Amino acid sequence: MELTERHREYWRKNLIITAVLLLVWFIATFIEGWYARELNSITFLGFPLGFYMSAQGSLIIYVLVIGFYAWYMNKLDQEYGVDEGELE
Amino acid sequence: MSQAITHSAFFSQLKKYYLIYAGGFISFVLALAVAEQMGLSRQWIGYCFLFATIGLYAMIGIMSRTVDATEYYVAGRRVPAFFNGMATGADWMSAASFIGMAGTLYLSGFDGLAFVMGWTGGYCLVALFLAPYLRKFGQFTIPDFLGARYGGNIARSIGIFAAILCSFTYVVAQIYGVGIITSKFTGLEFGVGVFVGLGGILVCSFLGGMRAVTWTQVAQYIILIIAYLTPVVWLGVKHTGIPVPQLAYGPVLQKVSDLEKKITADPTEKEVRVLAKAAAAEAAAAPKDLAKATAARRATLEAELAKAKASNAPDYVVKSIENALNAWPTDPGKAGVFFAARKGLAANANPPRPHAQPFPGKDEAAQDIARRNFLGIVFCMMFGTAALPHILMRYYTTPNVRQARQSVFWSLFFIFLLYFTAPCLAVLAKYDVYSHLVGSKFSELPAWAAAWRVVDPALLTITDLNFDGIVQLAEIVLGGDIIVLATPEIAGLPYVVSGLVAAGGLAAALSTADGLLLTIANALSHDLYYKMIDPNASTARRVTVSKILLVVVALTAAWVTSFKPGNILFLVGAAFSLAASSFFPALVMGIFWKRANKWGAIVGMLAGLGVCWYYMCVTYPFLRDLFGITAPIASYQWFGMNAISAGVFGLPIGLLTIFVVSLLTPAPDKETQDLVEHVRYPNLAGDTLKTEAA
Repeated sequence: MELTERHREYWRKNLIITAVLLLVWFIATFIEGWYARELNSITFLGFPLGFYMSAQGSLIIYVLVIGFYAWYMNKLDQEYGVDEGELE
Repeated sequence: MSQAITHSAFFSQLKKYYLIYAGGFISFVLALAVAEQMGLSRQWIGYCFLFATIGLYAMIGIMSRTVDATEYYVAGRRVPAFFNGMATGADWMSAASFIGMAGTLYLSGFDGLAFVMGWTGGYCLVALFLAPYLRKFGQFTIPDFLGARYGGNIARSIGIFAAILCSFTYVVAQIYGVGIITSKFTGLEFGVGVFVGLGGILVCSFLGGMRAVTWTQVAQYIILIIAYLTPVVWLGVKHTGIPVPQLAYGPVLQKVSDLEKKITADPTEKEVRVLAKAAAAEAAAAPKDLAKATAARRATLEAELAKAKASNAPDYVVKSIENALNAWPTDPGKAGVFFAARKGLAANANPPRPHAQPFPGKDEAAQDIARRNFLGIVFCMMFGTAALPHILMRYYTTPNVRQARQSVFWSLFFIFLLYFTAPCLAVLAKYDVYSHLVGSKFSELPAWAAAWRVVDPALLTITDLNFDGIVQLAEIVLGGDIIVLATPEIAGLPYVVSGLVAAGGLAAALSTADGLLLTIANALSHDLYYKMIDPNASTARRVTVSKILLVVVALTAAWVTSFKPGNILFLVGAAFSLAASSFFPALVMGIFWKRANKWGAIVGMLAGLGVCWYYMCVTYPFLRDLFGITAPIASYQWFGMNAISAGVFGLPIGLLTIFVVSLLTPAPDKETQDLVEHVRYPNLAGDTLKTEAA
């Protein structure tokens, strides 16, 4: 099986979006966690921000990351003709 | 659920069924509430919930019975993204999440959030690295992928071993939870409770495999989420005035922080903290000579009484000491129970830890280690999530890659609903304890505290240490599980809601146990028996073997559980670290790096698993005793990390080993490289490979 240039481009775009979203995930998790003490001096919706992020904020970011990935990739599939067609 | 109907018709049919089901369940709860008002006893409410829900799961199991392999192993690959999300949610959230999580947050404040983050953020890794590709590969188990990608039985065998190791550790924790809940709410014995629960698990997975488990898990999710949210919303309205307490508990957290400061500075509290330390030390030393300690305690109380009378202390002080003296047993055996309950006071020797403050520690170095361990737990829970076979397996059941991606979204969404509520519940409950329980008179305790104190001293013990007849914070010893179990009563809801919470906890434990048992049985029947021992076995025979193994594994797990192995949180954490170290590197590199080969994967999985296991053996007290290691823990620790985060070392070493060994050995053949291309594209023109198993 030979891959066409378009196929390669699809995979490259997949890798890019994966890397970008992974970066978002990394910041929301480890950078946020590392600086939680410092973030706590900021108040957000009545919460110390560091606590808020770990209890809720980062979780919301995770849900959005996955939702965006599903939406973007399903669109990319169609654009590059590698989608599976409609379910019957 | 016939084969012939279209996907969209199937979806709307499911929606209709489950809406009717949810409505029916709510009516059932309301009917019981009315019955309670008319005088139905608490025990009967417990029985109604227990038998109605288990009966319901059994009915779904019977309706979904099957001997077809695709139906049995992957529910016919027809589960829509939305419903697979709910099923994954139930599969994922165990007794530890449902009952234990809020309690852990109550007791450890910010540091407990490591689990909240870890158990949700891991789904980002599932979505980005695994779910869509595994769905395209489309066979039955995770060792299937290892076998196909890394050429043969060695990689598959390691996969089988690792899958059984992590799933079995985890399932023991679940069955333990089932036993606790059934015994607590029906008065059945722990052992009987385990077997009633086991019946519920088996009737479902035994008859219909993944198909029955999937549809039962959806039903279980609906019960568990209703059960979790109802009392929290109620408590939230009480304290914040808003029915979405998750958004509005910031000010309550602020009040809790103020109360913490007040309690820390309060002179009476300071005095009681000193007494708590002494009482805990006395209790810890008591077992050495119980008879002597019992007599000594009596003498102390008598001396206190004489002193109080001589100094004309207020009446209630004299009365409290007299009560304590009358209650103190002469029989050393009974006194042992009293002493055991007082051991928990050791934690009260220190002022309350500020709830929202991250990484407490006495100096900079200790705080740094606390921060490192926090992030270490987050890391292991996340990568473990993305490597636990019972979760990954669920993404084989969607109709296609597109739906697999959407399904991860729904999974996390449904899981998120519970996890972002738990920190809120912990804060609301803490506020109630600090503002109402603390400072109340022993003769007029809030109803819930008075009740639970009698039910189970391990969950709630309050001792009047300074005999002033008033509750100080340092006199309260809480078991974490009480937070969820007692919330309905704290919120002032009728008993039927407590029954509902128990049914929710049971649903959480049963659904996870179902998924785990199925994973173990499939690893043995499909991977070991069919793929390695008898490849000519007929479908019916394979499914039969799987069913027999299911019963054997379930009974073995129940047998191990009957020994009541300690520390559930460590068991669960260990399962995650082991999964992260063994599976994650091999699975992800198999998809993203074509050059990864058989030997790389084999050595890498063993190295990851080995390092992780070694680290646990030298740093976890139970395992250290087992292997007779006596040198201090600190001399073995790397960067001060605790045993639960052993995956922090296992995973990178696994990745690195796969990389190095693969480069040192020949590249995989063309066929394997084609397989990698095949899984990367949902639909590839000119691709002749067919991996999907039917």
